[in-house]
Amino acid sequence: MQITSPTFKANAHEALHDAQLQRALGNVRSGFIHKRAKAVGALPEFEELRDNAKAIKDHVLEHLDIYLETYEKKVEDAGGKVHWAETAAEARGIILDICRMNNARTVTKGKSMLTEEIELNDFLEASGIQPVETDLGEYIIQLRGEHPSHIIAPAVHLNKDQVEQDFRRVHTEFAQDRDLTEPEQLLSEARQVLRQKYFDADVGITGANFLVAETGTSIIVTNEGNGDLTQTLPRVHIVVASIEKVVPTLDDAAQILRVLARSATGQEASVYTTLSTGPRRDNDPDGPEEYHVILLDNGRSAMLGTEFQDALRCIRCGACINHCPVYHAVGGHAYGWVYPGPIGAVVTPSLVGVDKAGHLPNASTFCGRCESVCPMRIPLPKMMRHWREKEFERGLNPAVARYGLKFWLWFAKRPRLYRLATYLAMPVMGLFGGHKRRFRFLPFAGGWVRYRDLPAPEGRTFMQQWRDRQTINQDARG
Amino acid sequence: MSGRDAIMNRIRNVLNATDAEDDPRRVAASARIDFPPRGVIPARGQLGLDGRIKLFKKMAETAAATVEKVSGPGEVPKRLAAYLRKHNLGAKLRMGSDKRLRSMPWAEERALQVAIGPSDGSDEVTVSHALAGIAETGTLALASGRDNPTTLNLLPEHHIVVVNAKDITGDMETMLDMLRERFGKGVMPRTLNVITGPSRSADIEQTLLLGAHGPRALHIVIVGGK
Repeated sequence: MQITSPTFKANAHEALHDAQLQRALGNVRSGFIHKRAKAVGALPEFEELRDNAKAIKDHVLEHLDIYLETYEKKVEDAGGKVHWAETAAEARGIILDICRMNNARTVTKGKSMLTEEIELNDFLEASGIQPVETDLGEYIIQLRGEHPSHIIAPAVHLNKDQVEQDFRRVHTEFAQDRDLTEPEQLLSEARQVLRQKYFDADVGITGANFLVAETGTSIIVTNEGNGDLTQTLPRVHIVVASIEKVVPTLDDAAQILRVLARSATGQEASVYTTLSTGPRRDNDPDGPEEYHVILLDNGRSAMLGTEFQDALRCIRCGACINHCPVYHAVGGHAYGWVYPGPIGAVVTPSLVGVDKAGHLPNASTFCGRCESVCPMRIPLPKMMRHWREKEFERGLNPAVARYGLKFWLWFAKRPRLYRLATYLAMPVMGLFGGHKRRFRFLPFAGGWVRYRDLPAPEGRTFMQQWRDRQTINQDARG
Repeated sequence: MSGRDAIMNRIRNVLNATDAEDDPRRVAASARIDFPPRGVIPARGQLGLDGRIKLFKKMAETAAATVEKVSGPGEVPKRLAAYLRKHNLGAKLRMGSDKRLRSMPWAEERALQVAIGPSDGSDEVTVSHALAGIAETGTLALASGRDNPTTLNLLPEHHIVVVNAKDITGDMETMLDMLRERFGKGVMPRTLNVITGPSRSADIEQTLLLGAHGPRALHIVIVGGK
C-alpha cells in the first residue's frame, strides 16, 4: 500500500470531518474498552499473567537465534518447510513460487497483518492469482479496495449500510430485492459466498499468532473459523510470520493466549485457537498436503538491541488502539500505513523510516492509556518520545518548533534569568488577557486557539508559589 | 549470503551469540524446552472433578455453547437423536472412526443415519470426540486424524462434541500435558483445534453474531461424572 503517513495532518483533518467514519468510530469507544475491563476484572491473576507474558517475550528476544533454529528443525521434522525472507519482496517471491509450483489460481487468506505489510494481495493479483480474504471484515474491505483500519477489526470504520451497498454491487448472483438491512443477513450472505471459495482455493495463506519452538507448531487465533478453514481445505498451507512470533513452549503460548483474548476483544478465550504442525499425516483424512512457513524479518532484527526492542513483544491485540483518544478521533486510515494507533506510531517509523512517519509519534496526548492496557507492558509513550528526539536530531520538525525550543532551552539553562523573565512577563500577559482573562489569539499558536481559548496567567509564577508553600510547610513543622 | 544467514547473523551479532555447546544462552533455551516452566495458573479451574465439570459447563454456556450431561456412553445416541428432533434437523450425523464414538449403540436409533469419514461441507450435523475439556474457559481440545477429522469441527451447521468427564482439566497447561503423554514430548497431531463456543463475528458495527464461517451451534455432551 502507498504510505500516506507523511500527510497525517491532512488525513486526520479529513477524518474528523467524515460523518460516516465518526459514527462508526463510536463503536470502538463504546465496545472494546468496556469488554476488556470486564474480562480483566473477572481474572484476579491478570496482572501476574501480564508480567509473565512480558518476561516470556523478553526471554525470547534474548535467545531469538536459538529458538528460531529449534523451531525450524521441528517444522522440518514434522514434514514442513521453512523459508527465510529478509524483505517484503523476498517473501512475496517465495509465496509466488509456491503458488506457481502448485498451479494456483485462487488463494484464500486468513486474517494477517503481515501480508498487509508485504502488500501481498496486489502482488498476487498482478501475477494472475486471485487472493480471497475470508475474515468477514477483511472480505468487506477487499470488496471496497481498502486496507484495514484496525488490526483486529479491519472494517470498524464502516457502517452496515455501506456494507449493504457493497454486497449489492458485488454479489450479483442474488435477487436484487433481497432484504439486507440486518447484520445477520449480511453475515449469512458472506458465509454462503465464501464457503465455496474455501473449496475452490488451491492454496491457503494464514498469519501466525505464535510459532512454538518446542513442537514446530504455528498457532492462529480466530473467532469466525475462517483462518481454520483456510488452512484445512486447500492442498497447500502457507504460514507467513515475522521472526519475533516464536515462543519456546506450548505452555508459554498458553500464558500469552490468556492475556491476548482478554486484551483484544474482552473474551475469556477466542473461539478457535488452532495449532498446526506440518502437512497431513498418513492417518489424516483431511488437511493440507504441503505446509510452508515463511519467516520474515522486514526490519525486525534491526530493532533488536535498540531502544525500540520492547516493541517486538507486541502480540497485535489492538488494546492500545482501542484505548487511544487520537485513534478514537481520526480512525486507522489517517495513520497512513498498516499499523495504526500507538503501536503504529512506534513501529511505523522503525519499519518505513522516521522521515516518512515522523508525524505519527507526535499524534499523541501522552495520556498513557496505551501503556496501561498493553498486555506486554510495552512502554509506548516512552518510545514515541524517542522518535520525537530522533525527529528533532534530524531536523525533521518545522522551523518554528525547532527555533522556539532552542529559544526556550537558552532560557531554561539560565534559571535566574528565566525566573526574572517569567516574574516580569506574568503581569504583562495578565493584562493582555483582558477582563475575561483568556487569549483568543496567539502568535505561532493559531492551531491551538482556533478551537479553544488559552487561559491567561493570573497572580504569581510557579516558583513564587513553591517558595511560599515551602515556607508554610516549614512553619507548620517548626 | 542467504536470507537465513543474513537474518541470523544480525540477530547473533546483537546478542553476542557463540557456537559453544555450553553457551549459557543455549543451555537456558534447551532447559526451557525440555522442562517447560508452568507459568501463572489461574486459581479458578483448580478444583476437584465435580467442581471442574460444573465450571466447564458454566464457562462453555457463557461462550454460547449448549451442554448436557449423560451418565454413560450408551446414552449418547438417544440424546443426540433428541437434539436433532428438538432443532428440526434431519436424522443424519457424520463422525470419524473414534472407537469411543463407534462403540455407542447407534443402531438403537433406527431412524438415525450415521456416516463415517471427513466432511465435504454438505453435512448439517457432525459428532466429534474431544481429547479434553478445559474448565477454566469452557474450552474443548480436538486432535486431528482419522478418528476425528478436522473438517468435522469446522464445516457443519451444528457441531456436537462428546467429552469424557474425567478428561476435563482445570487449565490449558494440564491439557498440554495430556497431549504430550498421548503423542510424545515435542510431537503434535497435525491439527489441534482448541474451541470455545460456536463461530462468531463482530465485524459489522461490532454487533456480535453467531455462525460466521464455522458452526452456528456447538453442543457438548459430557459423559460420566456427577
